[in-house]
Amino acid sequence: MNAFSRLTSTHIVYLVVLLTFVAGTVLVGAAGRSFVSAGNISAVLTGTSVLGFIAIGQTLVILVGSLDLSVPYVVSLASLLSAGIMANQPGNILPGVAAALLVSAGIGLVNGLVVSGLKVHGFIATLGTGLIVSGYLATNYKGSAGQTPVAFRLVGATGIGPVPVSTLIMLACAGAVLLMLTRTRLGHHMYAVGGDIRVARMSGIQTGTPIVAAHVICSLMAGLAGLLLAARLGVGSPTIGAQGGYDLLSIAAVVLGGTLLSGGKGSLVGTLGGVLIFAMIDNIMSVMQINPFLKDVVRGIVIVVAVAVYARRRVARRATRFGHHEHVRNEQEVSA
Amino acid sequence: MSAAVTDRSAVLQQNRAPWHERALRALRTPGGAVFVLLVVLLLAAIAVNPSFGEPGSLIRFVGRTAPIAIAAIGQYFVIVSGEFDLSMGSVVTAQVFVAGNLIGQDDSRTVPVLVLMLVLGALVGLVNGLVTTLLKVPSFIVTLGTMLALLGLVLYWTGGAATGNPADSFRQIGRGGVQDVPVLEVLPYPVVLVTVIAAAAFWLMRRPYGRTLIAVGDNPRAAALTGARVWWVRTRAFMLSSLAATVAGIILVGYAGVHPSVGRGYEFTAITAVVLGGVVLGGGRGWVLSAAAGAFALETLFALLNFLGVQSTWRDTVQGVIIILAVAAGTQTWRRRRRGRTAPAQAPKHVIAAQPAPGSDQEGT
Repeated sequence: MNAFSRLTSTHIVYLVVLLTFVAGTVLVGAAGRSFVSAGNISAVLTGTSVLGFIAIGQTLVILVGSLDLSVPYVVSLASLLSAGIMANQPGNILPGVAAALLVSAGIGLVNGLVVSGLKVHGFIATLGTGLIVSGYLATNYKGSAGQTPVAFRLVGATGIGPVPVSTLIMLACAGAVLLMLTRTRLGHHMYAVGGDIRVARMSGIQTGTPIVAAHVICSLMAGLAGLLLAARLGVGSPTIGAQGGYDLLSIAAVVLGGTLLSGGKGSLVGTLGGVLIFAMIDNIMSVMQINPFLKDVVRGIVIVVAVAVYARRRVARRATRFGHHEHVRNEQEVSA
Repeated sequence: MSAAVTDRSAVLQQNRAPWHERALRALRTPGGAVFVLLVVLLLAAIAVNPSFGEPGSLIRFVGRTAPIAIAAIGQYFVIVSGEFDLSMGSVVTAQVFVAGNLIGQDDSRTVPVLVLMLVLGALVGLVNGLVTTLLKVPSFIVTLGTMLALLGLVLYWTGGAATGNPADSFRQIGRGGVQDVPVLEVLPYPVVLVTVIAAAAFWLMRRPYGRTLIAVGDNPRAAALTGARVWWVRTRAFMLSSLAATVAGIILVGYAGVHPSVGRGYEFTAITAVVLGGVVLGGGRGWVLSAAAGAFALETLFALLNFLGVQSTWRDTVQGVIIILAVAAGTQTWRRRRRGRTAPAQAPKHVIAAQPAPGSDQEGT
């Protein structure tokens, strides 16, 4: 019991990952298939990539004490813009990608400025920008549009061994963001602003910068997810983001990963665990051919039960910045 | 200390002011401004389309808006206590399906199923509330979970296709009305329902429960220290919210019939209406009737856009711009008032210090 209470939420997330993996092996094995076959592992990892991109960005936004509900519409817009500009011309891949990312970053900038400058709650600000983009999409696109060239579609289709390229790109982004969070001034400021914005301001932090940066990175990640979906589908779709329910699912993955919804505490590594849990559960249910409506029931129950298990746990602590660096660098020693 | 005393005497002076002065001051708060917005939008809509201003057409508009206004009133209880209820849309859809499948063409089943639906609504709220307060799961996650689970269960139960057409006696609640009313011709039942519910909510917020609810939203720890049972106060707010969603569902069966898209996005529309009414996310501030007025303002805006011939697909965009602007204006007002209040509080400090009688500040001198 004592040992259990010492575990941080990140540890518990990965215990749940392990538990899900064991349950998956048993259940899928009972159905006469193999959970650990190369094909199935590849399927699980493919399932992590889109939600993974969005959840990385959502983690930053939640850490600074905001929320991003506009991601599904940014995803749709990015997929439409890139597919529309590419129009099946391999030479247009770079302009298409650049335009999609630029527009996504622009939406993030607006979100960040409305939250930090006008002091509008992140929930309302991003619900508002999401609705604005949604109205634009509904007015200008009646269905799928554009086409992505074969060279671009390969990104969504190839893999190194069982690991898809899209998952590798997602993990590379996660690594970069993790470095930013733990090693740079901007990352430390994000934690400070999310923990207590008034204390952060009194400590001399420009509180606007981390908030705007988090929103811009979040929308960029949503843009990348949109590009990946355009590569997979071969076309851009105005409803792909809303269908996926990426806004609420990504927030659920972040909270499942042990990050506090009120901001200031949490870890990106935990978020990746949360995404992996979702991907494995989805895969198990697909292999076992469970009724698609019951999948949502299972998802809903898993989210609530998992968060309830460690709602009162301590959140993964960060290494102390000053003082005994060698002793407290890793989380286990800190919590011991 | 002295700042608090001046503050209190200033408040007392304000409260002793004549009612029209107080009403004018209230209109300058975010919760009052929504009524001004509503009147402006109504006048604009009538100017564009004069037939909208006829009593019969106006009252039908109020009836159409009633479900959203009722949902906004329910969502208000949860938001003012510092939580979210995202399960509202799923509750509406679930109730519509329950009515469609259980009542059928049998008039005698109307009342038992109605009772069942209300019990079901209260139960969903109870689960939301207990998991939030006792298991300490953030309400955003709990209600997201119930949203997914409830909708999934109902769709699984009905096989995804909406079936059934409830008996006319049931659909009359949403469709029918009191006949032969002077001036209006027909007084729709939804208008009666929304009036009764708004009056009951107004009364409830003046009762000890309402006062405690706002205190809990403002500062749960302080409320707990004064002896409020925070968990039970919040759980009842969730139950009121789900019950409101149930009533909205009952009305929508009459209006829109049984369809899986009925109720979709209701949670966000209700939250938008509440926020438009000047209620602060995070709890502790706002008036329940402003939340209902926010719902009417939103629907009047859509009606106005409709009259102006704006494509219906732009509705979302306009809604997005409006809520950002309204909340930005609201937060600027709260900040300005805070700044304005601290400035004079400093000035008469010495005057107060000259009256050292202890305890006299209790009377506000």
